Amino acid sequence: MSALEVALQGMAGTLSIDVSFRAAATPLLLVGPNGAGKTQTLMMILGAARPRRGRVTLDGAPLFDDERGLDLPVEQRRIGFVPQRYALFPHLDVLSNVGYGIAAPSRAERRRMARALLRELDAESLAERRPAELSGGETQRVALARALASRPRALLLDEPLAALDVSLRRDMRRFLAERLRAWALPTVVVTHDRADAEALEERWWCSRPARSSSAGGSPSSPRSRRPRSSNSSSRAPTGRRTPRANRQSLARTVARANAGGWTR
Amino acid sequence: MSAAPPTGRRAPWRRTVLAIAWPGAVGLLSALLLLLVALPLAGLLFSASPRQLLAGLGDPLVVPALRLTIFTTTVSLLVILICGTPLGWVIARRTSGGSGAGRAGKVWRVLETVVELPVVLPPAVAGVALLLAFGRRGLLGPGLAAAGIGLPFTCAAVVVAQTFVAAPFYLQAAVAAFRRLDPDLILVARTLGASRPRVLFTVAIPVSWPSLAGGAAMSWARALGEFGATLMFAGNMSGRTQTLPLAIYTALESDLRTAQSLSILLVAVAFALLVAIRAGARR
Repeated sequence: MSALEVALQGMAGTLSIDVSFRAAATPLLLVGPNGAGKTQTLMMILGAARPRRGRVTLDGAPLFDDERGLDLPVEQRRIGFVPQRYALFPHLDVLSNVGYGIAAPSRAERRRMARALLRELDAESLAERRPAELSGGETQRVALARALASRPRALLLDEPLAALDVSLRRDMRRFLAERLRAWALPTVVVTHDRADAEALEERWWCSRPARSSSAGGSPSSPRSRRPRSSNSSSRAPTGRRTPRANRQSLARTVARANAGGWTR
Repeated sequence: MSAAPPTGRRAPWRRTVLAIAWPGAVGLLSALLLLLVALPLAGLLFSASPRQLLAGLGDPLVVPALRLTIFTTTVSLLVILICGTPLGWVIARRTSGGSGAGRAGKVWRVLETVVELPVVLPPAVAGVALLLAFGRRGLLGPGLAAAGIGLPFTCAAVVVAQTFVAAPFYLQAAVAAFRRLDPDLILVARTLGASRPRVLFTVAIPVSWPSLAGGAAMSWARALGEFGATLMFAGNMSGRTQTLPLAIYTALESDLRTAQSLSILLVAVAFALLVAIRAGARR
């Protein structure tokens, strides 16, 4: 059973992050308002930011482990990433974007595989277009195809729907929920939108907004307000629970966030 | 309440004077500067007949100077591109985002200032500085002499002088372009398995290409016009160190028309290079 296991502590500026979760075949959602350190958590899993402490293991193999001094570089972790603004390579057409991460013996083979992936995402007709000529939804499909092309062993999506307009968001939400279930890849989805969380449904991990020390927390103990799961135990918060319970706890989290001056 | 005088109640005659005087003043001052810039250019291009200019190009100074100029500026531009691109990349990466905050970021920022300093350095100062570094009695002089290398007053010295004064223009453009690059592009490329060199060559450079080409054009133009530092560090020997600007200077002592022909030639070369680079950048 493939799984991405994360237990990390680190800093993002003045924000302290303390997360612990396990993502397996069903998508795991990191839900929380902006400023809670969700993106920074993804950066630490990817290897783009260095956590202070902890472990990241993928299919049982460690990617980061401070005790063993292990910190694999980004390009060796084999984690697919779709950033919030998708970041398609603007100088390449769609097919070359998707083909960028494909290790194939020949150029023709690489293009064939890229085309097959686009077909799987109902985006084959976009192959010759440039990223600037794509709509938001098309861009997202291409970014997904590109991330999958390198045969990642896990997938991280940062606010996958935030850049889309509202009408499109509903369709893409359904599309994404179906595909993620079909791929059965350990997937972490970051979102601040409760509707995303409900559509993708499977598991929630709510982060409480952490405060920067300048925004009221005691500077001498910045970790006193670390993000924590909505679960009473801060560890292993990923147990499957009923949607109703989830919704309630998330609502409380958001309400607390707004009361504390953190709005989305 | 504010202490400023109310503007609405100004006397009518003052308003009339302002309505005439202001456009007049703007027009006059603008025209002065425009004339100052345009007249010399007009003089350069139109004060002699084409026949006279062609005759000026027949001077024995011309061909060696043109050849040397194209050769040395090409070499110095290549040096600037090959060394300046990685340097610009490192500086941009080390001084932006999370890595720019620490002490290392500060060191790179200081380095950036140092290598970009020649932009504001007067060419004469550059000449003295080059002599003090590579001259016979300069910092590296004894070492170079022991190795049998005498740099000053050679063709290589021309290249060194041009590189010294022109590199900062490219470097500035490269650092700015790489800083503007969306960090997600680099990160995504690496999650797709790309090594650091591959990210630089297949993402960073192609995406920044228009800005890099613009910086290269600026550098080339600066190298093409390099005069002071070359004169002091490389001398003015026809065929060896006499580039087009130095040839103009030499021709001016005997024949104004030859100097004029050379000047137009230099402008034409610069203009052609600029157009070529612009066209390349748009591709």
